[in-house]
Amino acid sequence: MSAFDASSPASPRPLDGVRVIELTSERCALAGKLLADMGADVIVIEPPGGSPMRAYEPFAGDEPDREQALWWWHYNTSKRSVVLDLDETGGADDFRRLASTADVVIEAEPLGRLATLGLDWRQLGAASRAATGAAQPSPDAGGRNERLIWVSITHNGRERPDPPATDLTVLAEGGPVWSCGYDDHTIPPVRGGGNQGLQMACHYAVATLMAALMWREDSGRGQLIDVSMLAAANLTCEFATYFWLNQQVDVQRQTGRHALPQISEPTQVRCADGRWLNTGVPPRRGPEFAALSGWLAELGLAGECSYTELLKLGESYEQIDILHLDADPLSAEVFGAGRDTINFLAERLGAHELFVGLQSIGLACGIVYSPEEMLADEHFVARGFPVEIDHDGTPVTYPGAPYKFSATPWRATRAPRLGEHQDLLAD
Amino acid sequence: MIGPEHRSPVWPTAEPAALAGIRICDFTGQLAGAGATKILAALGAEVIRIEDPVRQGKWDILRGTQPFVGEHRGIEAGGSFNNHNAGKLGVTLNLRDHRAKELLRDLVAVSDAVTENFAAGVLERLGFGYEALRRIKPDIVYVSNCGFGADGPYGSFRSWGPIVQAVSGLTFQSGLPDLPPAGWGYSFMDHTGAYYMATAILMALFHRRRTGQGQWVDLACIEAAGTLHGAASLDFTVNGRPARRSGMPNSNRSQSPAMAPHGIWACNGDDEWVAIAVRHDDDWHRFAGAVGEPWTGDERWARLAARLAHEDELERLVGSWTAGRPKHEVAESLVAAGVPAAPVLRPSERIDGDPRTQDWGLWVTVPHSAVGDTRVEGLPVRLSETDWAIGRGAACLGEDNQYVFGEVLGRSADEIAELEADGVI
Repeated sequence: MSAFDASSPASPRPLDGVRVIELTSERCALAGKLLADMGADVIVIEPPGGSPMRAYEPFAGDEPDREQALWWWHYNTSKRSVVLDLDETGGADDFRRLASTADVVIEAEPLGRLATLGLDWRQLGAASRAATGAAQPSPDAGGRNERLIWVSITHNGRERPDPPATDLTVLAEGGPVWSCGYDDHTIPPVRGGGNQGLQMACHYAVATLMAALMWREDSGRGQLIDVSMLAAANLTCEFATYFWLNQQVDVQRQTGRHALPQISEPTQVRCADGRWLNTGVPPRRGPEFAALSGWLAELGLAGECSYTELLKLGESYEQIDILHLDADPLSAEVFGAGRDTINFLAERLGAHELFVGLQSIGLACGIVYSPEEMLADEHFVARGFPVEIDHDGTPVTYPGAPYKFSATPWRATRAPRLGEHQDLLAD
Repeated sequence: MIGPEHRSPVWPTAEPAALAGIRICDFTGQLAGAGATKILAALGAEVIRIEDPVRQGKWDILRGTQPFVGEHRGIEAGGSFNNHNAGKLGVTLNLRDHRAKELLRDLVAVSDAVTENFAAGVLERLGFGYEALRRIKPDIVYVSNCGFGADGPYGSFRSWGPIVQAVSGLTFQSGLPDLPPAGWGYSFMDHTGAYYMATAILMALFHRRRTGQGQWVDLACIEAAGTLHGAASLDFTVNGRPARRSGMPNSNRSQSPAMAPHGIWACNGDDEWVAIAVRHDDDWHRFAGAVGEPWTGDERWARLAARLAHEDELERLVGSWTAGRPKHEVAESLVAAGVPAAPVLRPSERIDGDPRTQDWGLWVTVPHSAVGDTRVEGLPVRLSETDWAIGRGAACLGEDNQYVFGEVLGRSADEIAELEADGVI
């Protein structure tokens, strides 16, 4: 599509000229990446010896090496790295200087650590209204950066306890884990993969700080954004929350589908090649039944399929009322035939063929891809989703843009080496 | 453009709002779209949500479906709908009629952004694709959001949350060995797609604020989801190690970074569980001290490599300790020792039983014109100068027609009455 030309090194980006200082942490790395890939100058501050993320498995080539950690590569694209020892006077002074030139600071330090070092929002940012009771910035602000937006990500905000916590424990007490797992409740509930407990807080942090940047354009004033990981997880539970808020009923987890108060029908089917398909909602409308019958015939499978008569009957429905099937046995049978036909096809077709075939006749469904299979799929390749990022002469394929901007496209460069941009302290 | 002094009529406080002066012409629905503009409304934008009066707004399948608010039923009583549309204004436009299209053109002309999550191409077929929007307002920001994106070989494919999760790899990555995918037991990517949509709208508006240039953002939720696998995607592209391999996924364990023991264990009671993450050898010593059983003193567990090599056995031992103990007691004893641990909380426990979420003000009671006081979700952030606020539940169908068509677009009371009588609004 012409509206979405590929990014070139000359294309503008929405956050050009915005300087962000990030204190490296697994809890805020994604926030910095989202800003950096859209043009912000994100300077990630690492302690001597490097970010803890540089020690996380897996490594490129499987050899532990702080420059080869794939976690570091993924979450720190487009950033610059400076090493500072905040516990030393020189490092603290450098941090103060950087903060005085910055638009945004992002940190997820243990509560109280920065305040003890004299490096917290309360020492470096605008004197907050809440703290001073005044509507205007404090006149004796001294070395403060009145325009600084400070994003603090903690377990549950800066006024509450800061227990030891990880992605797993946040997702467990924050709600997501309760809804994920299997019909068999003797099997433990499941943590969804991919560090989502860390990422949820980053997503809210970035959207909110964009709003704070907008407000600063007119007001000229920065502010503190206090982000709770526990609250972010609580707000990412969908029906589990809405059933409780509105009906005071707890949902129960079910294999591969929505947790609900009642047990529902399965929505995952294993296909002939062993891969799974999410079937979505089986046919409900007349034209959907007709399309399914038509595809069966096209595949030469109509003769083998014992549901063809019921599918024919389905063609006469405007829409089957699936919420009241108990009261209407015939409709229940017709609806069941649609589902059974998809299962019949799954026994004979691979997951990709079934996915594309059903979608092509207007039935929404989804193949259960692994991450590498998604990256290789022709649709996402055609859209330019996988991108090559240069690693000093070697191209490496990464997942690309989460959104396509027509005028200011996403663009990423490799994560920095430890202290690669130390020189900028001399500027 | 409206000035920063402008407040949405449903903004509930005299406090400044971060997005005051921003007006969104909003076609979003469900959670993947409506969840985005809900965040903007809570931060002070004037979000004007447009619904089809002919279908009573039921393009959004959450309008009038369960969970219902208490004993209420009908199109104004959908609890999810009320949550996702709190703080917004609501108008009706029957876009089959040319007079409705004229109203829409006028609204676009005084808006900063147009947002939608229809199937790809729907707004274009209504005559309001990006080029048409630009002709009305050259610097408009247009953000479209659908599963597979605006173009590409699967451009006509349809999706919702579970399908996005399946195709992107998120479903695959959530489960235990030798079992079907557990996936996410809800539309995780409707939430997360909304987060990306809110961010995209604001980044595009920020760029426009500084340069005067509008643009179109094509958000494909499956692509947003495909960025969320951490190091797993690179492990394949760099090392050739696929996520689809024997013994994987095992998402209750932690392979990246490697930790053990790391998982979820049964406790005393029915469906009661505790999550424990021993991050490193120091945590192991603290864990061993807190548990204090003979097996924890075994020196072979002192090193991560050995704990990983015998993880099945270690997990059985941890399970023998948690079984029969209350989950809160297990978690509290480990946290007191400095080891990450938490009970798996039910909705009832974390919403009404957890003072931490109450204390944050996470569950907000707001009035709704048809169903009275309702509870909706707030935001997990606090801003020192421009905090969020939600003044009202979702608008009833067409509830703000008078304000929007009258005050904002300048139609007379008589004209509005006629449009209503003719089924245009």
